[in-house]
Amino acid sequence: MFEATDQTRRKQRQEKAIQYLLTAMTTIIVLPLLLIIFYLLYKAAPILSLEFLFENPIHGMRAGGIWAPLLGTIYLVLISLLIATPVGIFAAIYLNEYSRESWMTRVINLAVVNLAGVPSIVHALFGLGAFVLFAGIGRSILAASLTLAIMTLPVIIASTKESLAAVPHSFREACWNVGATRWQTIRHVVLPNSISGILTGVILQVSRAAGETAPVMFTGAVFFKAIQTGDPFAYGLLDQCMALSMHLFTISTQVPDVPEALTYGTAVVLLGVVLLFNALAIFLRVKLRGKKKW
Amino acid sequence: MVDQPVKIEVRDLHLFYRQHEALKGISFTIFPNEIFGIIGPAQSGKTSLLRAINRTLEFTPGTRYSGSITVDGQEVGKVRNVYELRRKIGMVAPLPVGLPMTIYDNVAFAPRMGGMRQKGEIDATVEQCLRQAALWDEVKDRLHTLGTNLSGGQQQRLTIARALSHQPEILCLDEFSIAIDPVSTMRIEEVLKTLRQQMTIILVTNLVQQARRLADRTMFLFEGKIIEVDRSEVIFSNKPAQQKTYDYVNGIFG
Repeated sequence: MFEATDQTRRKQRQEKAIQYLLTAMTTIIVLPLLLIIFYLLYKAAPILSLEFLFENPIHGMRAGGIWAPLLGTIYLVLISLLIATPVGIFAAIYLNEYSRESWMTRVINLAVVNLAGVPSIVHALFGLGAFVLFAGIGRSILAASLTLAIMTLPVIIASTKESLAAVPHSFREACWNVGATRWQTIRHVVLPNSISGILTGVILQVSRAAGETAPVMFTGAVFFKAIQTGDPFAYGLLDQCMALSMHLFTISTQVPDVPEALTYGTAVVLLGVVLLFNALAIFLRVKLRGKKKW
Repeated sequence: MVDQPVKIEVRDLHLFYRQHEALKGISFTIFPNEIFGIIGPAQSGKTSLLRAINRTLEFTPGTRYSGSITVDGQEVGKVRNVYELRRKIGMVAPLPVGLPMTIYDNVAFAPRMGGMRQKGEIDATVEQCLRQAALWDEVKDRLHTLGTNLSGGQQQRLTIARALSHQPEILCLDEFSIAIDPVSTMRIEEVLKTLRQQMTIILVTNLVQQARRLADRTMFLFEGKIIEVDRSEVIFSNKPAQQKTYDYVNGIFG
């Protein structure tokens, strides 16, 4: 009774082997991330300081800090967030809660999925044509933010739709049965129970936008621009700005004799901005999931 | 029963899910303050019928119906204020649906959505409905905890309390006892016997015995058609008008 046969032993060996394989694969994912972070920090160590964050680049960008590009990236991210969030969330609510299955909605859904796969350089060209030239906004923070917003919208819509669809249908029916309107149902039951997933999706997209180079390079970011240090309102909506991603590209490929630490320092800050947004997403998720009640 | 006022009247109702005909021309009448039992096997169109009456059927794409359904003499397909119609009808689903909010908010939801603002008024409604649903004594000390933490039987009574919270004149129960224990079922059945003094009750059930215990009249639906409607004594007697009814009630169907 309960003796291990040869077949059982073979299964056990197989089980172990699979476990090791899966563990190894997972480690392989984490390892590069840790290596990148530590390598960057190690290379950038000599220059990292508060002054580095709050000073403009000087001497043809061979010294100084990164205040102008840092502030520019923050502007671009926040404004594109401001534009993409309401549009994306309301579009997703329409698609998931109101629209009926028809060839129109099928085309829209297909378009959303396909738009998500459009390369960022194509979005950049579109932004240049549509916002900078056609709409006449000119190369500016506004045009660049609009371009980033368009680029992130499809994924925001897709992830929001998924979060909405995860709310059980029986909740909606229970609300309709007691005479609640569609909007009351969405406002009081569907949204409170999906908001953590929705916001996570939105923020992760925006952190992606922070790292994009091509779209902002075409539509509003400049090689160099000195701004008032320490003033968070140094850029206007229609000004051109510097951006971290483009600054990194510039000093590592376009300008000769830039100290290595400066390049790595810029990379660390860019990574820091992205990770900060991701951390915010995780924080919001945990915080809001506590309110989810089923 | 000729001169009795009519609560719900259904005439020649055909109901379709795309090409599939779920109800094939049924007609019947429900009188005020009676418990009207509907029995029949799965897929016979019982739930669709309820959803047609409170017009939540229209949330399912591809559904349509012909014929007439009137509630208090008004054609439901033509009412201007569909939310008012739904508030007139309390609906209890087969599986208990505790909305993901507190017990209090679950019951207060409908009054609030209907525009009730005063806290005292809402408090009174909540207490009254929970008492009517025989749940008050069990939950009065934890009104502000999650409704979803209640047991299945309690959640089903919470669902009934919510269905009562908008003061309906008609209460529809769709196989309410399918997921709960016999003791809870008995308690709810007692509740229904009291409620019938105030409202009309439609009781859809898979349990033939439940219809026999509670219903004044019973309708036997089978494959979208009415086999027989009569007083429960007749339906559950040894000689209902249709042999099919006798066979179904006595479990020799098939």
